[in-house]
Amino acid sequence: MIESAQTKDRIRRVLKHVFLIIMAFIMIVPFAWMILTALKTNQEAISVNPFYIFPHNGWHWENFGTVWKSYNFIVLYKNTLLLIFFRVVCAVLTATMAGYAFGRLKFRGKSVLFALVLIQMMVPAQIFIIPQFLMVSKIGMLNTTFGLVFPGLVTAFGTYLLKIGYEGLPKELEEAAAIDGCNVFQRFARILMPLTKSSMVSLGIFTAVFAFKDLMWPMIVCTNADTTTLSAGLAKMQGQYGNDYPAMMAAATLAVVPMVVIYVIFQKQFVEGIATSGGKL
Amino acid sequence: MNKKRMSPKEKNEERWAWLFVAPTMIGLIILNFYPIFQTIYQSFFKTGDFGKGNIFVGLANYQTVTQAAETWQSFWNTIKYALIEVPFGIVIALILAVLLNKKCAGRSVYRTIFFLPMVCAPAAVAMVWKWMYNTQFGLLNNVFHTNIAWISDPKIAWIFVGIIGVWSIIGYNMVLFIGGLQDIPGDFYEAARIDGASEFRQFLSITVPLLSPTTFFIVQTRIIGALTIFDLMFMVMDKTNVALPKVQSVVYLFYQYAFVQNNKGYGATLVVLLLIFIMILTVILQRVEKKIVYHN
Repeated sequence: MIESAQTKDRIRRVLKHVFLIIMAFIMIVPFAWMILTALKTNQEAISVNPFYIFPHNGWHWENFGTVWKSYNFIVLYKNTLLLIFFRVVCAVLTATMAGYAFGRLKFRGKSVLFALVLIQMMVPAQIFIIPQFLMVSKIGMLNTTFGLVFPGLVTAFGTYLLKIGYEGLPKELEEAAAIDGCNVFQRFARILMPLTKSSMVSLGIFTAVFAFKDLMWPMIVCTNADTTTLSAGLAKMQGQYGNDYPAMMAAATLAVVPMVVIYVIFQKQFVEGIATSGGKL
Repeated sequence: MNKKRMSPKEKNEERWAWLFVAPTMIGLIILNFYPIFQTIYQSFFKTGDFGKGNIFVGLANYQTVTQAAETWQSFWNTIKYALIEVPFGIVIALILAVLLNKKCAGRSVYRTIFFLPMVCAPAAVAMVWKWMYNTQFGLLNNVFHTNIAWISDPKIAWIFVGIIGVWSIIGYNMVLFIGGLQDIPGDFYEAARIDGASEFRQFLSITVPLLSPTTFFIVQTRIIGALTIFDLMFMVMDKTNVALPKVQSVVYLFYQYAFVQNNKGYGATLVVLLLIFIMILTVILQRVEKKIVYHN
């Protein structure tokens, strides 16, 4: 009786891992195929009879160097990094301030203003794009970092996230601070803000990942190959050299590797940051 | 109106509060609220050459857009995409979340792998899948010895574009589900075990109802996410692909009209229709939520 229960348990555990391994395999295959193709010659990549999974006449690491030079990856990395940097700084800064006011302070107009924040979160972002583009174009900021950052100067979602963070802190903190003679700003900067660090980190990671993944906006405002981001740069390359498969896969690898490496190192923060932010959206 | 007078302290607090919300509110008005009205306004104009001299045309844009078969096809394509991505992306993610919620060997490795697509640019992901789907040289046809036009057969292309969407999203949904599962108190399961409930029974009677707020939240956000899909279609479907008309989403069409053909009025009209559609759906979902979601 006991033995059969044990075997049943073991079988179940094996089945579970078989399923998980199959799923993990499916998740990995596209990445593996991307890298394996990147290391082949184009002739090898389009050879069907025989069909090669692995490169069979040497691993052509130089493909990465060729792509790196011919598509000016340095500039794409730089633009993407600047976009991420300014989006994160703007989002965290403005959302922290507004989140503190909405979460902790009393003021007239609070509920109306916060309703605006919630409405913005419900509206699909595509509705903003044409006028945003026309504004950037009118002030002559197409093909600039400012143009890239523009829609992310403030964030309704971040404000909402930080408001929840501030609301969650105990009330006594401020009372104690008020007795010590701290004014509103000191209470914010010295006492409460440091306690919302995890919300700020979550918002920062969330903002960074989505800025990195965005495709349409960079394609619209930064049409030059030397002002655009990795995502939009890939779209451009595909349009021009779509049939050189190893080159395209080398480019895709170069575009995803930095974020993947950062993710693997800061895994816990990434998963938590994106999940806690996303979970509150 | 007889307002209570504010103490200097309260007045001071209010001043700080306004100062703190000012950047965000000014930004939201310029970047989001003005654009909503501007987009609606634009949908009543025909875009002049070089974006100058817009001509008021009343409802003419709406007439053209709603009479174009392409518009309704793109709405249908988008819905079909959502019908693949949302249910499959959620069911697979839920199974994985339940399996990974309890401690097991390799749990964090699995989680890392499943979440990986979330940190990858969709542009790159789509390029790789497009290459795997390649009819002649692609991995799939050569490994399975088939000759399927995965993404260029108008009848089936939408399914395989949807599969890329599922692959991209299951890790994210899974992490949200794990978060929801961890909020369910462990003693519920213990009590059920003492009563002799099987694991499947526990899943149906405890996990499903208590997880329903999380599930509903994921369903709602994924539906809206799927309805505004763009990147996948844009990167996977070549302009010469014969299946394109049967796959292109509403936002894809919007991008084409507004920014490639530079017909902002027409593009604005499309996106206003999408907004109306999503708003109606949101209201319906809210109604449904009250009926089916379990609240303690």
